[in-house]
Amino acid sequence: MDYVPNTEQQLTEMLQAIGAQSFEELLSTIPAEARSRGLDVPSGLSELEVLALCESLAAGNRSVRELASFAGFGAYQHFIPTAVDAIASRGEWLTPYTPYQAEASQGTLQMMYEFQTMVSELLQMDVANASLYDGASGFAEAGVLALRLGGRTRLLVSETVHPHYREVLATYLSGFSCTVQTIPQTNGVTDLEALAAAAKDDVAAVMMQQPNVFGCLEPMEQAGELAHRIGALFVANVYPVSLGLLQPPGAYGADIAVAEGRCLGSPLTAGGPGLGLFATSQELLRRMPGRLTGCTVDHAGQRAFTLTLQTREQHIRREKATSNVCTNAGWLCLRATVFLSLLGPAGLRRMAELSLQKAHELQRRMLDEGFEPAFDQPFFNEWTMRWPRTARDGRLLRKLERAGIVSGVAMAPWYPMLDREAVWCATELTTREQMDRLCEAVHTHG
Amino acid sequence: MDELIFEQSVPGRCGVAFPPCDAPERPLEQLVPSAALRQQPPRLPEVAEFDVIRHYTRLSQRNFAVDTHFYPLGSCTMKYNPKLNDRIAAWSRFAWLHPSQPASQTQGLLQMLYELEQLLCGITGMAAFTLQPAAGAQGELTGLKIIRAYHRAKRQSRPVILIPDSAHGTNPASAALSGFRVVELASGPDGLIDLGELKRHLSNEVAALMLTNPNTLGLFERNISAITHLCHEYGALVYLDGANMNALLGIVKPAEMGVDLLQLNLHKTFSTPHGGGGPGAGPVGVIAALADFLPVPRVRKVGARFRWDARGRRSIGRVHAFYGNVGVLLRAYVYIRTLGREGLERTSRAAIINANYLKAKFSRLVPIPFGDHCLHEFVASLKPLKASGVTAWDVAKRLLDYGYYAPTVYFPLVVEEAVMVEPTETESKSTLDAFVEAMARIVEEAREHPEWLKLAPQRLPTHRVDEVKAAREPNLRWQPDAKSPAFHDAPSLRA
Repeated sequence: MDYVPNTEQQLTEMLQAIGAQSFEELLSTIPAEARSRGLDVPSGLSELEVLALCESLAAGNRSVRELASFAGFGAYQHFIPTAVDAIASRGEWLTPYTPYQAEASQGTLQMMYEFQTMVSELLQMDVANASLYDGASGFAEAGVLALRLGGRTRLLVSETVHPHYREVLATYLSGFSCTVQTIPQTNGVTDLEALAAAAKDDVAAVMMQQPNVFGCLEPMEQAGELAHRIGALFVANVYPVSLGLLQPPGAYGADIAVAEGRCLGSPLTAGGPGLGLFATSQELLRRMPGRLTGCTVDHAGQRAFTLTLQTREQHIRREKATSNVCTNAGWLCLRATVFLSLLGPAGLRRMAELSLQKAHELQRRMLDEGFEPAFDQPFFNEWTMRWPRTARDGRLLRKLERAGIVSGVAMAPWYPMLDREAVWCATELTTREQMDRLCEAVHTHG
Repeated sequence: MDELIFEQSVPGRCGVAFPPCDAPERPLEQLVPSAALRQQPPRLPEVAEFDVIRHYTRLSQRNFAVDTHFYPLGSCTMKYNPKLNDRIAAWSRFAWLHPSQPASQTQGLLQMLYELEQLLCGITGMAAFTLQPAAGAQGELTGLKIIRAYHRAKRQSRPVILIPDSAHGTNPASAALSGFRVVELASGPDGLIDLGELKRHLSNEVAALMLTNPNTLGLFERNISAITHLCHEYGALVYLDGANMNALLGIVKPAEMGVDLLQLNLHKTFSTPHGGGGPGAGPVGVIAALADFLPVPRVRKVGARFRWDARGRRSIGRVHAFYGNVGVLLRAYVYIRTLGREGLERTSRAAIINANYLKAKFSRLVPIPFGDHCLHEFVASLKPLKASGVTAWDVAKRLLDYGYYAPTVYFPLVVEEAVMVEPTETESKSTLDAFVEAMARIVEEAREHPEWLKLAPQRLPTHRVDEVKAAREPNLRWQPDAKSPAFHDAPSLRA
């Protein structure tokens, strides 16, 4: 089936109105040698058939909702109130595009202004943009921004930043003449001595993550001071839900704060789409990548909203733009805005508290079952543990999988020294029954 | 104008409740050092669920959208977004997959991604695809990194990318972000690439030509074979910005015209909703010689099973955490399976007929500087209206009064007072007829009552927005103590 409303009869009439003998005549500018023999795609299906096809695909998946999942690693399962989906499924939100025509897009624009305000508040930063693709590309754009300020060619990036984020940064920077220096960790957090030793006046930015990839809390204040002492920017990648309880980037002097905002009202969907939160100090406003919405007035003097400071952007500045971003994550902005409105400061704080409390309870119980802490550091809702000795042969892992448990994420692919360590996660959705299931399966193993 | 959600805040209101904690709660100070604890809560709104529902429902009604209005935004392919696609994407066994789950629990997902790559190969003739890029511009960036890696592997330094002056702004911006120097090619008098100009700029310094075909004027580069041949002679690659693929389904396969790599915008041709600005997806397809450079991980099929493969010695690396915009990819998969071969072919045919039909009717009203027949879109020039002081911007605003979203204006840059119209295949003849009628009246108004256009829009709750003020006095966030006159001038609708 297709979605063309015009009948063949109408299409023929339209061709006549155009003055063309046939459809082929409209293609006369396409040279014969470029013409294709058709698509190598199966025939179309009715809606009923597509539903059946997709049901069979879905049957090959197990959702974390039907399992007990303790996986985090930058993708966190949080509660989504029903009202988020009710609003977000409206066609008026789903089917417009970037609000180029302000007067006919006041809904999207006002929402984005509210979104920018909420993100600024959450991160305690001066200004936030209307989102980037995801946290990882936001992190990379932060590095690009720092280098493009000019004069400095080195980025110091902590080893404790999510490895995918560091990989995306490396990909983005592959054409730049710059050095990305990785600062090692000790006991699960950035080695401040190593950072101090690397901090020279050619450093454009110091880039860290809070909580870091192991779940540990980093000494952000000291790292930020170190960065500022050498005139470098301090970039913090953070976890939005944690900011219901933890110090926001603005409180420890971050010049750029980035975050993956999917946890604010959007489902995991295997890690994408994401929502890149990006906020800066006032001084960096005109270096900001991506769309910005401003409050102004219309000709009748009423409050109105519009895209603004567009001379930073690719459709005006072309190769001199601050970024190549055009499409962002508008629909996820809406979801996050509705989500944060519903939760408010109290709801967000409670979500963070529940995540923290449950994480600490589970960590304590895992210690009882023979897991060993990899690091001795305070944490929020993720923590790194060494598997018990009984888990060596991999049988325990398979047993847990059969019991419907998604274990913590193994660190070995990125940190070869941590070959028996995994990062575990709990949120407000983690239940005592799930904890029991995990502990019992480990307890009876061996 | 509606109040901001912040202005509706009442201390103590909250739109959610959580169950009691089923773990013992310990004092925070025992768990986290007090220095790490937030001192001031974020000033988020405190509102009830119904406040939120009414506010964002009302705001939604202040938007023009594809579902509510004809949205002929050129180059953006604002077609109907089938509801079936959204329905399936919301299923728990897609929406609630964790990216770190073992492949044994995500075989359906992996199969879908694998098949989508095959389908995109079948549509474009390319040998392999990555689904990772999150949007068209990120696809361009990915493509440019691949171009760079390819030449480096051949130990060649090629710092230049050639880009026609009619290209989307993302092309030069992506090239600059990839460390290339951009050389702009002036279009010929027919709006197409000038072969002489191309020859003058080709050298062994050139890494690639970035080409949009059909170009942003809606015209097919008729010398495409000569263009790709010339580039290849100089060892340069040909990159196709596939933003305009809606014109080519079943008509041209990019690989067969000598394209080496391209990005597809799934939110354009393949109907995934634009979402007020995203998320999109920009898969990149390449010929076999470039497949090793694609981002990792890639989906592999081993026997009847699917798995992720993170190896790739020559890969450019990652452009996205995890696997890309899976929710968008799934919607596009559903769309392609629904339409199938015949449906996709009919899609391009109907899109081209719609565009030419509108163009034929428009040409009686305003000049259309380039081309005889167009493909999926066309560009008109409103230069003649300037005599009465009316600009393309004014016409765009007046169209809003008539209940139409405005076409893209002032782009491409090669046409004065450009208006770029892309109706897509999902609009009916009667919608197009009504649109032409509105346009005819506006052209007449431009002569008789130009002030109506200068003051437009007048029929929407928000009149012409002061963009100069917005840029001069940037106000990018609400402040509780804001003293901006705008706050006090706004009449409250909640009397």
